[in-house]
Amino acid sequence: MDILTVDNVSKTYTGHKALDSVSLSVPEGTVYGLLGPNGAGKTTLIRIINHITAPDSGLVTFDGHPLSQDDVVNIGYLPEERGLYKKMKVGDQAVFFARLKGLGKAEATRSLKEWFERFEISSWWNRKVEELSKGMAQKVQFIVTVLHRPKLLIFDEPFSGFDPVNANLLRDEILRLKNEGSTVIFSTHNMASVEEICDNISLINQGRNILSGNVEEIRRKFSDGRYRLRFRGDSRSLASAIEPVTDDFEILESGSPEVTEMAVKLKPQAGVRSLIDLANKTVDICSINESRASMNDVFISMVKDSPKA
Amino acid sequence: MDSRVGIIIKREFMERAGKKSFIFTTLLMPLLMLALMAAPSLIMLFSKGDSRQVEVIDESGFIFDKLKSNEDIAFVKAEAPLDSLVKNEDTDAVLVIPAGVANGSDGLLLYSRKASSLSLESGITSQVNDIIENERIASYNIAGLDKILDEIHSDVSLKAYRTESTSEEAKESSAGLSYGLGLVLMLILYMVMLIYGQMVMTSIIEEKNNRVLELVVSSVKPVQLMLGKICGIGLVAVTQIVIWAVLIGLMAAFVLPALMPAELLEQVQTYNAAGAVAGSDTGVDPELIQIVARLSNVGYILSLFCYMALYLIGGFMLYAAIYAAIGSAVDNIQDASQLQSIPMFLIIFGMIFSMMAAQDPSSGIGVALSYVPFTSPMVMMSRIPSGVPAWEIVVSLAVLYLSFLVMVWIAAKIYRVGIFMYGKKPSWSELIHWARQK
Repeated sequence: MDILTVDNVSKTYTGHKALDSVSLSVPEGTVYGLLGPNGAGKTTLIRIINHITAPDSGLVTFDGHPLSQDDVVNIGYLPEERGLYKKMKVGDQAVFFARLKGLGKAEATRSLKEWFERFEISSWWNRKVEELSKGMAQKVQFIVTVLHRPKLLIFDEPFSGFDPVNANLLRDEILRLKNEGSTVIFSTHNMASVEEICDNISLINQGRNILSGNVEEIRRKFSDGRYRLRFRGDSRSLASAIEPVTDDFEILESGSPEVTEMAVKLKPQAGVRSLIDLANKTVDICSINESRASMNDVFISMVKDSPKA
Repeated sequence: MDSRVGIIIKREFMERAGKKSFIFTTLLMPLLMLALMAAPSLIMLFSKGDSRQVEVIDESGFIFDKLKSNEDIAFVKAEAPLDSLVKNEDTDAVLVIPAGVANGSDGLLLYSRKASSLSLESGITSQVNDIIENERIASYNIAGLDKILDEIHSDVSLKAYRTESTSEEAKESSAGLSYGLGLVLMLILYMVMLIYGQMVMTSIIEEKNNRVLELVVSSVKPVQLMLGKICGIGLVAVTQIVIWAVLIGLMAAFVLPALMPAELLEQVQTYNAAGAVAGSDTGVDPELIQIVARLSNVGYILSLFCYMALYLIGGFMLYAAIYAAIGSAVDNIQDASQLQSIPMFLIIFGMIFSMMAAQDPSSGIGVALSYVPFTSPMVMMSRIPSGVPAWEIVVSLAVLYLSFLVMVWIAAKIYRVGIFMYGKKPSWSELIHWARQK
């Protein structure tokens, strides 16, 4: 079941089309990556999902019904540009935001204390936000985002500004929330983290959804006939032997003196069997794997190839 | 009202009213007012000071015996010649009464170590004049003179009435007092609209800069945030005024009478009871008595504060909405300065004309500007102490409240778009375009 579907959503700002008939659907209990270069329209889309701005046309469905203002209590949002009231005490501020999301005061205070303990920041409760470091404020903001146990969590660039230790903590929390049944949408430029935690993605460019789907499937699809071959034997004779079926090859570090590792790219019409046949005649094959494209490659090739507006 | 707006109002209110500086200024202001009100009595207290000893060299021969010492001046017969008295550091003052004083050919001479005070001088001359006059009258040898004098003694007081006024309070009006009160009320409104209006604007700019705004509007509608902010800050202003009203009211009722010198208080009480200033023989300025009486009339003060609260809310909401729209449209105070010159101009324009209106409450321009929503709070407030017909106030309030609703509606539309605009400062035409955007 999809917790969120976006159907043909368009949004135009003064003379500039921010979103152009974008459609996507987010299955419940998954982590959904929203990718795209700067200015592609991700933030506009996120604001529409958050019911902050209204689309010019199209429909957003949340949990089976058209998205309305009442749904915001079931959504948690961590904006890209983090910000809290500087002069307000951390605890009061967290309670304020929790209450805006519909929690009672006592309930909010109780669960906030739990979260503060888990993040080991209980001693900050009465400190003003302006006294906190950037990383500390981010932790507070993360807690504010997830405190009301929303069905849908939206993180805009969650890892920016976190040191590696805290980024790990954050990643573990995101995965834990997913395991507890929350759906997570997150926008990022960090492709390594996409491979690590996203189940599905959409790639937005110039206001259009240019690619949607399962991360593994996309990476395989974009592998584009690339294989990794580990073998014992002379790499030069192998290279000349397989030349008829390959476009390109590269010798990689294998980590062992006897075994060589080579990345090859097949010619468009060539099959993997002919590669194996040719290689098998020249060297001893240890293993052959289809190599999946990195999300980085996918991103760059898709964005570069898409027509300029 | 949505409970979320309530939560925002509470936050905005607590952020400001909970601050030490707010508590400080709120309590300090009435103290200043108290100091101002108590000033007349304090001056009286201090001017009494210590009594001064005046050595008298009486060359006329009959005046010294009739001089009466009182708590301010003690007259002593001089035991030494003038030169040595003046040199003696223990002598406060020496009064020489030349023989020619009796027939008016000479004047009194006062040698004083410290600067002589006005009250000392007038005390001496009035006594000496009385003595000489009595002496001259007595020299005519008229029988039953004392009785005749008592009968011809006259003491007239003046009371001014407004003939067309409907308000009971203003019927008996002192133009000076109404003018002063009008100015004070108008200045309070001016301060609130300007200071608290700008507070709305800077607070929105700050939220924008902080980027906390996006987090808030993911929970509430932008319009709710704007309204919550305006109401929260407005509530701070109202709280401040109400605290002042209560404190000043309490002071007028309890502290002021305790501080007033007994004779002034008596005058005030007679005034309040009889509605007229009794004899002015105590030397107290009748105007002062009238002012103190008016200011210590709790009911009158409260009715003024009610009018003020109504105009304050309307005027503040109107200008706060304008300031909110401006705040949402820019990123920083520098960019705001050009846009905010418009409300600032309107407020200052209103202030200047309300000063004129306070001076001449029934002038045509004053009456006209009492209906224009941008100027009506200040202009009307400066006219009310002089007495304004109720229907005029009702119409002007209706226009004001209607226009603030319209202004809030327009501001909300601009705000909704403006808060997500960063970078370039928008022009007025762009603002209008935003307001029209769906």
